Amino acid sequence: MTAAKLEPSLQDVYRSLVLDHSRNPRHFGRPEHVTHVADGINPLCGDKLRLYLDIDDDGKIQTSGFEGTGCAISIASASLLTETVIGLPVGDADACYREVTRRLTSGTKEAAARDDLEERLQDVRALDGVRAFPARVKCATLAWRALHAAIQNDRVPATTE
Amino acid sequence: MTQATAIRTRTAADWRRDFPALQQMVHGHPLAYLDSAASSQQPDAVIEAVAHYHREDHANVHRGVHTLSHRATEAYEGARDKIRSFINAASRSEIVLTSGTTESINLVAQSYARPRLAPGRKILITHLEHHANIVPWQLACEQTGAELVVAPINDAGEVDLDVLRTLLTDDVVLLAVGHVSNALGTINPVRDIVAMAHDRDIPVLVDGAQGVPHMAVDVRDIGCDFYAFSAHKMFGPTGTGVLYGRESLLDAMPPWQGGGDMILEVRFDGTIYNDLPYKFEAGTPNISGVVGLGAAIDYLLSIGMEAITAHEYALHDYMVARLSEVDGIRLIGTAAAKASVQSFLLNDIHPHDLGTILDHQGVAIRTGHHCAMPVMQRFEIPGTARASVALYNDTDDVDRLVAALRKAQEIFS
Repeated sequence: MTAAKLEPSLQDVYRSLVLDHSRNPRHFGRPEHVTHVADGINPLCGDKLRLYLDIDDDGKIQTSGFEGTGCAISIASASLLTETVIGLPVGDADACYREVTRRLTSGTKEAAARDDLEERLQDVRALDGVRAFPARVKCATLAWRALHAAIQNDRVPATTE
Repeated sequence: MTQATAIRTRTAADWRRDFPALQQMVHGHPLAYLDSAASSQQPDAVIEAVAHYHREDHANVHRGVHTLSHRATEAYEGARDKIRSFINAASRSEIVLTSGTTESINLVAQSYARPRLAPGRKILITHLEHHANIVPWQLACEQTGAELVVAPINDAGEVDLDVLRTLLTDDVVLLAVGHVSNALGTINPVRDIVAMAHDRDIPVLVDGAQGVPHMAVDVRDIGCDFYAFSAHKMFGPTGTGVLYGRESLLDAMPPWQGGGDMILEVRFDGTIYNDLPYKFEAGTPNISGVVGLGAAIDYLLSIGMEAITAHEYALHDYMVARLSEVDGIRLIGTAAAKASVQSFLLNDIHPHDLGTILDHQGVAIRTGHHCAMPVMQRFEIPGTARASVALYNDTDDVDRLVAALRKAQEIFS
């Protein structure tokens, strides 16, 4: 396969899990019942995502979905996000947001995430390769910023700026 | 070999060697720079002229009696003369130095258009425009209650001249149109468009940011009332640009910004403004940028605009032909008359992903909406990948682009 000739870092970004999620995004579309919504906008490339959450009375995310257009990285990230947060208490989902943005933006291994979240975020590690592409980190964090905004019930769109 | 022969046989390959930034490797590959429509690289001659100015001649212009101030003023005003000659303006009073095309257009929007706008009056633009030739007019319309009217384009990315003609009504204060579309490469027939507008006594601003680097521009032949362009798209530095304005119009316009240099006498009971073009140049200007622009013009003239145009047209045709061979490509912008630029989409690969994958093969292109979101909306796409050629590109750059696109297809297959 010719792709093997590519630099490892490029392969790290466009790995099969990312390509799979970008081609077949999970939970694409607006769920039937929605309690929280937020938009994520990346003015640089025009990516636009709308993230939906259905949070029940106990503060647990019953379901999540998203719509929008974007590059493979932003779509895959949104898809992985929905898989991650469905079934989580809101507080844990917000902790996931903090952990993913920390991982992608600083890359340092400061305070390790809680073990249970670490396991929960296993698949999201597929996005770690974008750390080598500063111009693309915003694509990977876009949906997670929207998640945080939705949880905060922000009316303003989350942007990457 | 005589010197004359050496000059005559200087080819595009030699031009490329004039640009130090193009001699580098990116991600282990020689750089194929196909993003000159966003910003062009600078030749040694420009870099050296700017460095020389900083090392030897820097002082403030139009102010001091000392030697360096005199030299700085000579360099700055000398560049103005070069610019006048380069675009064949009638007078150096018609050459206003600005920070770029964007400031030039804002100046006209606020100083020429705004005082003439009111509810019931209109500014006419086209659907092809760059945000810099949209938003300044939107602002002026919001400030005055006037209306912004947009002339449509066809599927090839050409302005529909028949519709444009019908939109040139008596209530239109000004028509603003791009010379060459930055997103699609369409060359507008600006000479014909200006004639059409002048038939109805409507003045015309031409956004020439993408015109000047690629073809000889003669503002008097075009007949336009204003022509705006930027140094950094024509191998000069960033932060420097030009507004050409017909003297009679500039003369009647109020100043754009107030400050030093744009006045003759300041008193608290009233200030007398300076003569053209200084009336529009408040504050200490970007002297080194203007010096660099002058050097860029010298460089372009040393090659000759005709030779540049011929080389780029041939290369653009080659690029379009090679891209058309790629399965799954969709060319956006297929006007009969085009310069430099080709926008495209490849399969269902997002342009941003293409940009990253190409970069890793040393191929630099622009991806996204190219500051022309309405053009993207017209074609119902979020953005495109855009390759643009300049005098220093060659067929090898285009071949590298095509090979890199095939690699992207493999990754996404």
